[in-house]
Amino acid sequence: MALAARSIMTPPSGTRSTLEQAEMASLIARVSERRDRLAFAALFDAYSPRLKSFMMKKGAGAELAEDLVQDTMLAVWTKASFYSAEKGSVTTWIYTIARNLRIDRLRRESTVHFTEIDGFDAPDEGPASDHIMIRSQEDRFVSEALATLPPEQKQILMLSYSDDLAQSEISEKLGIPLGTVKSRMRLAYRKLKSALEDRT
Amino acid sequence: MTIRHHLDEATILAYAAGTLNEAFSVVVAAHVSVCPSCRAAVRQAEAVGGNLLEQTDAVAVSADTRARMMAQLDVVAPLNTLERSRSITSPITSRELPRPLARLLGGSSLDEIRWRALAPGIAVHDLPLSPQARGHLKLLRIGAGKAMPEHGHGGEEITLILKGAYRDKFGEFRAGDVADLDESIEHSPVVTEDGPCICLIATEAPTRMKGLFARMLQPWFGI
Repeated sequence: MALAARSIMTPPSGTRSTLEQAEMASLIARVSERRDRLAFAALFDAYSPRLKSFMMKKGAGAELAEDLVQDTMLAVWTKASFYSAEKGSVTTWIYTIARNLRIDRLRRESTVHFTEIDGFDAPDEGPASDHIMIRSQEDRFVSEALATLPPEQKQILMLSYSDDLAQSEISEKLGIPLGTVKSRMRLAYRKLKSALEDRT
Repeated sequence: MTIRHHLDEATILAYAAGTLNEAFSVVVAAHVSVCPSCRAAVRQAEAVGGNLLEQTDAVAVSADTRARMMAQLDVVAPLNTLERSRSITSPITSRELPRPLARLLGGSSLDEIRWRALAPGIAVHDLPLSPQARGHLKLLRIGAGKAMPEHGHGGEEITLILKGAYRDKFGEFRAGDVADLDESIEHSPVVTEDGPCICLIATEAPTRMKGLFARMLQPWFGI
């Protein structure tokens, strides 16, 4: 069964994202520094409809999705001071919070939380300011690299990131060997990595 | 710590996408906590998730949810940076253990593990996962100089070396190194003479030993 790779990853060239990352970062700074509720409301309005859609694509009903959106945005409110630009864009940071909370909810019965990697970077690894500027462009590079992936690689990424399928489930769904799923993932990752490293 | 053996790129993407099972996630997080290059790779792969979130269609959130959210802000205060640094240097730290594992062991050190003997020189300790988790997570301790029977893997397996070292056809694996093998790989690791090797292993399906003797051992091994 061939799934058409959805066009979601390829925004029409030249369009600007509505989530202007410099603006998002300044909203996060206002929440972190002054507990600015207006800034938080702006973040909520920017991210919550996307987060709801993200949760629903992975199988949550509308009610659970809104619940997880609330949990995610509450974590944005309480952990705004944890955000640091050198680790990626605000959107990527919020993505990791949403991903982890969703997984923790699925494992709710247990005390084993999604093992996140935040906090492992030694404080003295802080980047020079030009590094931060490069990071702010990273989103655009990622989006360009994704747009140029061959459809079969893009499809595998969509199935894992968006539809939440494990490698073995993708192999079953597409009727291809697990090794092929993995090699497509490796190729996609290498393309992304070289796109990021050539530019920075 | 010089790390020579890293995670498979496909594993890094699956971790960033959040589709690795619980046992594998723990081993990946434990390796990533000691390996700056895999950590950077995970961050790049997470940027794909951020990008997809950015491009995703919007689904309206109810006014009620928004109102409840804003009301909660009065109750829950943001953590300040002092609390942040405290949470990062949590009491559960150990010089010899990666933090995600130390957390799972509740602060015990490797010397305090209650091992269950499997065979002469080989002991295991099962680590708890969520009730519905698929896959297994365990610590394995293999004595110095000991050879494991040649085996393939009925499914995926990831091993993180915590202490000591072993050698197989892929080279020498020391503390911090990870062996991220898929089911097509067969190997026969031999622990070096320096001392016992302690590893953290996530498996998806029972490991399939090759020889008859090894196959007889397998139900007992449970690996």
